[in-house]
Amino acid sequence: MNYNVDEKGYYGEFGGAFIPEMMYSNLKELRDNYIIILNDEDFKAEYSDLLRNYAGRPSPLFYAKRLSSFHGTNIYLKREDLNHTGAHKINNTIGQILIAKRLGKTRIIAETGAGQHGVATATVCALMGLKCIVYMGKLDVERQEPNVMRMKMLGAEVVPVLSGNMTLKDATNEAIRDWISNPVDTHYIIGSVVGPHPYPDLVTRLQSVISEEIKWQLEEQTGFSDPDFIIACVGGGSNAAGSFYHYLENEKVKLIAVEAAGKGIDSGESAATMVLGHPGVIHGSRTILMQNDDGQITEPYSISAGLDYPGIGPLHAFLHKTGRVSYEHVSDTEALEAAFRLTQFEGIIPALESAHAFAVLGKHKFRKSEVIVVNISGRGDKDMAAYMNYMKQSVRGKINDI
Amino acid sequence: MNRINELFEKKSGNVLSIYFTAGYPTINSTIEILKTLVSAGTDMIEIGVPFSDPLADGPVIQKSNLSALKNGMNLKLLFSQLQNIRREINIPLLIMSYINPILQFGMEEFCGKCEKTGIDGVILPDLPPEVYMEEYSALFQSHHLNNILLISPQTTAERIREIDKLSTGFVYVVSSSSTTGVKNGFSKEQLEYFLRVRNMKLHNPGLIGFGISDHETYELACKYSNGAIIGSTFIKMLDNDPGRIDRIRDFISSIRT
Repeated sequence: MNYNVDEKGYYGEFGGAFIPEMMYSNLKELRDNYIIILNDEDFKAEYSDLLRNYAGRPSPLFYAKRLSSFHGTNIYLKREDLNHTGAHKINNTIGQILIAKRLGKTRIIAETGAGQHGVATATVCALMGLKCIVYMGKLDVERQEPNVMRMKMLGAEVVPVLSGNMTLKDATNEAIRDWISNPVDTHYIIGSVVGPHPYPDLVTRLQSVISEEIKWQLEEQTGFSDPDFIIACVGGGSNAAGSFYHYLENEKVKLIAVEAAGKGIDSGESAATMVLGHPGVIHGSRTILMQNDDGQITEPYSISAGLDYPGIGPLHAFLHKTGRVSYEHVSDTEALEAAFRLTQFEGIIPALESAHAFAVLGKHKFRKSEVIVVNISGRGDKDMAAYMNYMKQSVRGKINDI
Repeated sequence: MNRINELFEKKSGNVLSIYFTAGYPTINSTIEILKTLVSAGTDMIEIGVPFSDPLADGPVIQKSNLSALKNGMNLKLLFSQLQNIRREINIPLLIMSYINPILQFGMEEFCGKCEKTGIDGVILPDLPPEVYMEEYSALFQSHHLNNILLISPQTTAERIREIDKLSTGFVYVVSSSSTTGVKNGFSKEQLEYFLRVRNMKLHNPGLIGFGISDHETYELACKYSNGAIIGSTFIKMLDNDPGRIDRIRDFISSIRT
């Protein structure tokens, strides 16, 4: 089976570029050039140098002994949380800033929800000396103050978005509107495998370094490059796409993507797009999205701001439809429990997003001989308030029992 | 013959088209606004179907979309409000929206309803010409619907030719690289772009939209094309006050004279 994007920008029936004409020339320029640039030897050298010496790659693959014994199997952790800026997001922004420079762009725009992608974008803009404008829903600006401060210190302008529900979906709309209004000098660094073609493919390729490393690191440590399972959380889907990419055609490796069920699938406060969504068009892409019967896009909810997106990348819609990847979901509480378990067994505080991936471990019966790779997409520093809150609520601090 | 094509056969210049959002300012204002616009001398009307995420629109139309949604507007209700509209109104009517609400309604059912209601054209800014051609053009034609395509200052001459070839009705000449509702008058570059498009002598008439806010910009747009489209400025004037009917009349005559 072919899981690559076709020449018109589709994964099966999903993908494409449903954009106003005012954006056509910007996107065409990117579409015509991104493969050429990605294959260019100069680009490759600069990209891999920055990944290694600036972002700190390869990120370690770590055998989680105590967690493995708890679950009765073999669990390896892919440590994207150890990257510079604390998440996998930097893999994408380094790649895109190098593309933007080669396209002669001088002004960078981005959307952000929790602020992780905004920080990763502001970081590479500081590194390259480019002007950076980050659109962030006003509600998120208020909820994620430390990341807002980081972006400002890095020299970015953070624009609070007042339209719609004032969260990630609206920040993305506003970044797209900015790009419509600035078609010549601006590059839009989108943060996930969403948006119009070629973004889903571009971001997938830039994140595919994760699975590329898993392959050789696992072989180095176990003698086999193929695990039995790879598990990653999914909002828009970039860390999952990157973790799965080099294994997509190897059907023996089972792939699990974990969505945020929020307060529960039927609670009305959820972000489990694959369960609650239907095909439609969001942010220029034909994919699965959460919407009402009239086609109005609905506001998702998750305790984790990074999974709080009403759509999902078109590649994922296709992987879901073909059954190549199993899409599961866990609630806020299950994710919190999993975060504390990982922290107490392995001394690693994961981001709330990544904690969702760990919460499915208990829902499967893994064999003792099996090998499971779980991607820790980011670190938990930004989520300390939520973790503290949970500690206060749960049985007077008796979280050791989890 | 489609009323849009009829209009342009009778009238080659100074065509005035007005956009408003159905369900704004109130859920039942649609028919009243339509009738007032016609009696005030509007040549063509674009009825906006509100969408939660209007990518090509600026703050004014975003807000009218959101209000209309809160008021409970949707396509089904709009079609029922419009079911007898052709007994009263003869000018061309278009539906303007985004593709997702139409997809959920069902493209075939939508086209059928449009024909039955007497809608002459559709503007969906996020339905690219290529996808329209491949997936929907036969359907639109079978329901005698014109699909109106946009060009922008960034659109190359070659692509303008292609879009002109795929267009029926008119070409929507977006005046600047922007979302709707920008109000700066027209720059030298914009006038050069209008001239460039006019000199291409397209098969279809052209209407300039985005940034038309008063008599001056309307007149200037008409000098370079067959007419102009006004949206945001018109929406801004609408509110719950019953006096809005007089203001609509005054507004249209202030644009014309």
